[in-house]
Amino acid sequence: MMIPLGIDQFRHLVEHIFATEADEIDCDTCFTKLDRYAEMTLAGQDAAHLMPQIDAHLRHCSACREEYEALLSALKAVS
Amino acid sequence: MNPERSNAAWLKALNGEPEQEALEDLRAYLLRGLRFALGQRYRVTESDLEDFVQEAMVRILDNLDSFRGESRFTTWAQKIAVRVAFSELRRKRWQDMSLQDLSLSHDNITGPELDSALNWLPSPSLNPEQQVTQQSLQALLMELIQEELTDLQRRALIAVAIQGMPLEEVARRMNTNRNALYKLLHDARVRLKNRLEQRGVTVEEVMEAFSSG
Repeated sequence: MMIPLGIDQFRHLVEHIFATEADEIDCDTCFTKLDRYAEMTLAGQDAAHLMPQIDAHLRHCSACREEYEALLSALKAVS
Repeated sequence: MNPERSNAAWLKALNGEPEQEALEDLRAYLLRGLRFALGQRYRVTESDLEDFVQEAMVRILDNLDSFRGESRFTTWAQKIAVRVAFSELRRKRWQDMSLQDLSLSHDNITGPELDSALNWLPSPSLNPEQQVTQQSLQALLMELIQEELTDLQRRALIAVAIQGMPLEEVARRMNTNRNALYKLLHDARVRLKNRLEQRGVTVEEVMEAFSSG
């Protein structure tokens, strides 16, 4: 049973495809830098500009993005 | 209790024969963070949280050498705890998912199945030109997914981008890991992007076609 693709999903898929870069980093590489990226963000720095490949990966990878958001949340809890 | 240790102090306290106080401080820190981050949204029990932290502590102590000092030690440790927690949460969440409903056992997703997967009715509020553009984009993307991707790329893309299955679950079912799956999907996206551009489709055209639907 296939789930029909809604129009929003289709648009996101096409946007996702067009936002693809040849040299994206993978999940493992993103993971090694995620603590630094999270701290930059919490310190109010422009992490997306300072570490653009992490920013790009988080846009493309829902698993890493979910973990990143949880990490930010966890860090705020104990600050 | 001294949660404000420097990185050097943490490493000293945990290397070799770990100091009890440092272990307890770290455990408490990770637990507090995970409880806050996961508590409401992910329906975890206190027992689950303790299990996650316990597993995380093992990984942290085993991997102290890999801490590069690019952040606070506690941040690095929290990152590991989050990763452990999500791995377990995702595994449990999809354990009961019927393999029949979201099967990846097809070696080749056939034309009609793909057609129904990518089928929708354009919004009646669109102008005729937008409707045609959307439909032709749909047809083109279907064709490219069917013809231009490898079998593995197609299966992975359909599972993640169309069926909305989480990466780790797709990886598990395809007998691979999430990192390899990300690279597979990336290759698929690169190929589709190249083909779309070769066919003269621009991102501006796509945005235009979807602008008021």
